[in-house]
Amino acid sequence: MAIALTPEERSALRAAHPEVFSPGPWKRWGALLLALAAPGYAFYCFSFFDIGRTIAEGKWERAGIYMADWVSWEAQPRFRFRDDGSIEIEHERFSPLGENPDPDWMTRLPGGREEVIFGGPANRIEVSTRQVMVYLAGTAYPVAFDSTGALLPESAPAAFSEKNGRVTVDFGFAGSAEIRNTQVLVRRRFFGWENFFFDTRSPYWGMNLPDLVRAVTSGERLDPKQSNLSLAIDEFLTNSEWQHGDVFNKLLQTIVMAFVGTLFAAALAFPLAFVAARNVTRTRTLNWITKRFFDFTRSVDMLIWALVFTRGFGPGPLAGISAIFVTDTGTFGKLYSEAIENIDDKQREGVRSVGAPAAAVQRYGVIPQVLPVFISQTLYFWEANIRGATIVGAVGAGGIGLKLLEAMRTNKDWENVAYMVLLILLVVFIFDNISNTLRSRLIGPRN
Amino acid sequence: MADLAGDRELARVTAQVHQHYRQLVATRRIYSLIAVAMLVLVLIGALIFANNASSGKFFDRLPYLLDFIKSFVPNDPFEIVRAMFDLPSPYADGSFKYDYEEGRRYLFGSAFYIPEYFYAMVVTLNIAFLSTLIGGFFAFFLCFFASTNLMGANPARLVIRRVMELCRAFPEIVLAGMLAAVLSLGPIAAIFAVSVHTIGALGKMFFEVVENADMKPDEGLRSLGASWFERVRFGMVPQVMPNFVSYFLLRTEINVRASTIIGAVGGGGIGEVFRLSISRDHAAKTYAIVILLFVTIVAVDQLSALLRRRLVGNASFQFGA
Repeated sequence: MAIALTPEERSALRAAHPEVFSPGPWKRWGALLLALAAPGYAFYCFSFFDIGRTIAEGKWERAGIYMADWVSWEAQPRFRFRDDGSIEIEHERFSPLGENPDPDWMTRLPGGREEVIFGGPANRIEVSTRQVMVYLAGTAYPVAFDSTGALLPESAPAAFSEKNGRVTVDFGFAGSAEIRNTQVLVRRRFFGWENFFFDTRSPYWGMNLPDLVRAVTSGERLDPKQSNLSLAIDEFLTNSEWQHGDVFNKLLQTIVMAFVGTLFAAALAFPLAFVAARNVTRTRTLNWITKRFFDFTRSVDMLIWALVFTRGFGPGPLAGISAIFVTDTGTFGKLYSEAIENIDDKQREGVRSVGAPAAAVQRYGVIPQVLPVFISQTLYFWEANIRGATIVGAVGAGGIGLKLLEAMRTNKDWENVAYMVLLILLVVFIFDNISNTLRSRLIGPRN
Repeated sequence: MADLAGDRELARVTAQVHQHYRQLVATRRIYSLIAVAMLVLVLIGALIFANNASSGKFFDRLPYLLDFIKSFVPNDPFEIVRAMFDLPSPYADGSFKYDYEEGRRYLFGSAFYIPEYFYAMVVTLNIAFLSTLIGGFFAFFLCFFASTNLMGANPARLVIRRVMELCRAFPEIVLAGMLAAVLSLGPIAAIFAVSVHTIGALGKMFFEVVENADMKPDEGLRSLGASWFERVRFGMVPQVMPNFVSYFLLRTEINVRASTIIGAVGGGGIGEVFRLSISRDHAAKTYAIVILLFVTIVAVDQLSALLRRRLVGNASFQFGA
């Protein structure tokens, strides 16, 4: 059924609802204006930060290596050509392969040649002192030398590059070989985290799990002073590459910072919120002073408190605790006092009407109403602080944040960064669940 | 007589109920006591651990906690004003401490300049606003795909929620550090880190708003044969928009703080100059930055609170992660 309006009805509707038929300019154009302003602002920022040029100048070729470093490791044997025509293999210091390595991807061929396999017989190199044979996707490319350096073979594919007498062959993820006329440097990349449990100097290095279990449970004591199990744990925690002990310690520091800081802030804000609430404390000056105190500690950034307390206490969790404590006292105070001011006054009146003393009025008239809000807000901030304490630590308060920053500065230890990120994500996940469980236990399921 | 017996019966039952109540309260008290005792034990353990892990011990350092303030006394109060506006100092001795003019950003030749810290503040604010914009943009488009009432049992919903959780929990300094390794340290790394975090945080808030929305408009549109996009556009967006904008503004406040702190670990802006000046004992400069930062944060908070109050009223004025 079609609806037909007479002109009179139409004008009556127009007159009855002017806000619908002739909205103000802001209502009519506001959304469009904002929709245009947003890309305009983005464009302004693009030129303000010179984003285009910075991205163009970025070292993007390294980005792939850094990302690969998260989940893989590299061995870098060097094949030096000696004057007598033999080849000397040199491994880097603290090589992840350990002392005297003989990996199965390096083989000595007859005639003093060395072979390095980059995944299958189709991709490998054969090193001799006169030339290096490169097999790339099944095709052989001889790289010859002269007195100035290595020579790029004719019709070499794009995986070959030459610079200052050095020919580099890129085998993709498996690695690369840099060929000079005096040596060949091989970078061989493998998936995984090498020496994760024990470093190369540990007696347990390179053992597989059954061997390890046997060595720990029934082997001879390697160190007469302690049992094999405690030795194994020591060796694990002091792993020089992964530094498990230190990482766990720093992670615990970060957790402690968030936990103690939030708890103390809640404990101090709780009584102060009653002073700040207008309906509980009837003295305007006291309300005003506490509220401005909350505003002050909240608005002076956590960064400022963190740096101030780092100067005061020196680096360490105490500085982080203090920074979180002071900032969150303000936040909690504001939230708590607002919650108290919004309570239903009937309950308080009821308690007061039976002649209860002032403290009992607050205890039975106010707290039952506001406690769920307090607990839920405190737990929210606890969760947020577990995440936030990382960055407060990086500013100077210590903990896992600083360790992350140090690992990233070297640009080599991305696998350690990945390890710490994984641990942080795990901790955040666990504490989110703890906080959710506590919340639903203490105040019932959400809302 | 019968009444008396009834009364006695009632008294007996009341006493029994009262006794049961007492028992329940006592059990609850014991559990509460155990919980509090455990909390205190954990707290003491945590404090001892924190004290041992810190380079300065709490009770050793406490008397000297504010000693460093002594080296933070400006020669006269106007030094702070001079440092803030990059005016020449009468105490200039060639050292960096009193060289306030060095950071001026000249515009239009040398006629006009922006003081260093104001410029740094603008950098930080731009980082915060741009990241909120980028994060809000992506969160807006993702949130509809994450909400159960629009997606039903579609597995994409769970995938997007996990991605949002990951964005939220991934440490910001690693995000910044990853990009800084490629682009060198600077504001772009900070923008990236804060944006990714904002996608996660706002995305969560947004899809919760969508899930709590009234489904009647959606039903109406569905009954007319509207497609999924039309239902979202005309049934959902108009009613969630005020709450979205409110959360967006709240996130802007949070991001201003986040971008100062990420600036201090290499993102540039006011955080970086503040870290440098406090570690070099530049008293007047430090106070100038603290005042500037304080005023800016208060101003942003007030402005955003004003807008939010006009937009959604006093309701849904909630904090939260």
